[in-house]
Amino acid sequence: MMDKTVYIANGAGFSGDRFDAAVPLVARLASCSGPRYLMFEVLAERTIAIAQIAKEKDPASGYSPYLENYLRPILADAQKHQIKIISNMGAANPAAAARHVHKLAKEMGLAPFKIAILKGDDVTPYLDRQAIMEAKTMEGTSLAGRTLSAANAYLGGDAVAEVLKTGADIVLVGRTTDSALVLGPLIHEFGWSESELDKLAAGTICGHLLECGAQVTGAYFADPDFKDVPDLAEVGFPLAEVQSDGQFVITKAEGTGGCVTKATVTEQLLYEMHDPSCYLVPDVSADVSAMRLSEDGPDRIAVSGIKGHKRPDKLKVTVCIDGGYMAEAEMSYAGLNAFKRARLAGEVVLKRMRAKGHNGDIRMDILGAYSVLDGGKAERIEGKNLPFDSDYRVRLALVCGDRQTAQLLCDELGHLYCSGPAGGGGYRASVTEQMASASILLDRELIAPHIQAEVISHD
Amino acid sequence: MTNSEIMRLPLHAIAHGRAGDKGNVSNISLIAYLPEAYDFIASEVSEKKVEALFAHLGAGAVKRYELPNLQAFNFVIQDVLDGGVNASRSLDRHGKTLSFILLSKMILDIPRNLVPENSPYLNPDFNWQ
Repeated sequence: MMDKTVYIANGAGFSGDRFDAAVPLVARLASCSGPRYLMFEVLAERTIAIAQIAKEKDPASGYSPYLENYLRPILADAQKHQIKIISNMGAANPAAAARHVHKLAKEMGLAPFKIAILKGDDVTPYLDRQAIMEAKTMEGTSLAGRTLSAANAYLGGDAVAEVLKTGADIVLVGRTTDSALVLGPLIHEFGWSESELDKLAAGTICGHLLECGAQVTGAYFADPDFKDVPDLAEVGFPLAEVQSDGQFVITKAEGTGGCVTKATVTEQLLYEMHDPSCYLVPDVSADVSAMRLSEDGPDRIAVSGIKGHKRPDKLKVTVCIDGGYMAEAEMSYAGLNAFKRARLAGEVVLKRMRAKGHNGDIRMDILGAYSVLDGGKAERIEGKNLPFDSDYRVRLALVCGDRQTAQLLCDELGHLYCSGPAGGGGYRASVTEQMASASILLDRELIAPHIQAEVISHD
Repeated sequence: MTNSEIMRLPLHAIAHGRAGDKGNVSNISLIAYLPEAYDFIASEVSEKKVEALFAHLGAGAVKRYELPNLQAFNFVIQDVLDGGVNASRSLDRHGKTLSFILLSKMILDIPRNLVPENSPYLNPDFNWQ
């Protein structure tokens, strides 16, 4: 029993990841003997707030719009090979997502699945909204006077493991840490206790390595001629083989592109990590400062040496609030003297915005000369040897509280089709509604009593 | 040419990395291609130098973490993302491109033996500037 290997694969690293990536993973999992799981991580901070707003308009919505896209290609084989599915596709409404899966299974002529959900991450039903908005944020920003759209606690692997105890084939959750989608099954399969900190930490880091999909298998890695990656177009998504002592191997499905090397694993390990000696999740504080990687065959990296320290006393809650509007407008200038024409276009708009009383912080980039690495700061390129004959694109951007000002910025650049410098073309502009978020820390005791698993039956 | 030859090259010649975001904080990993390059990076790529490289973006304090087992470093740079993904006016709101500030803009006198053998930087015809 204790010698078994648990196999966990990840078929999606963000909402909008490839819909067919899980197909080779399911084929690979089907060939493994032992418990096997397929996860889909598709829930960014903003995604849950958007889902919450959708749910308020329509109680049957509020979960991943891509649920069918991800599940349809693999649902039949998952059932056939007893591969359990774990995902945060539930977003703001896991129960509705579960009903959708039941409907999909029926439509596909499959036997009914046992589907269970996790409840309690949404703190708005049981905590005072006023108290949430008055809480001190980790970022130091004040929430007072803003409109609350969602507040969700990051639940841990222990909570996901509780859902698995129902015997569910499919587990749908809302907000948990991404790595909990991996740690949960490991706690469930190996019976790791709260005090087995090194194992909990190893499971967490395993989850951290898997959670961004192909970012650990050679995607988001290629730098041609310096870091070449075979067949990036068909990059394989990752799979972990985990032992009961917490040691694990990261690999990918056979016949897929990409690669698993010490370098790909190290890049993903440190992705979105701050202090490597305390990577905090609800279950543990993971310490990778003495972690070791070793080659274990082609596209197989063995991971060991992860330590765990006491879990944090508080849970992190992400609060989503209205964030105003973002305006973005662009116009191209090309050929001789294009840089100066593009810059003049931007300056004309800035002058007219000021004349209309908008002294907001408008950012001007000139794409092709300076943009993402320069912070949109024109003075950075003075004295820089820019090609006189080239292709530039002026871009103006503003985040502000009202839609009218945002629209005005777009219109002002559009007016330059006729009223601007010579040869402007290819105007594009958009105004998008923004969602802002902040994090607060709450005592576990406020949240724990509300965490519960529920089986959603079919029909 | 000998192995002890010194070449004026960007960090990109000896290391790779990836940027991640959390709020207004960016973390950028820096991973040596060759284990021999770890000590060189440790002595050359200081918190202070990295802070200067990101100053034009408003960077606050920089903290460097060392992971010798993985021949890697992790730089955590405060206040560098124009308010973070939900507030930034940058085309790249996550600051995912920022790893290439560190790799491209830090130019160092690098011993030739720290550059991987198959690197284009060792080709005399390769012009990176």
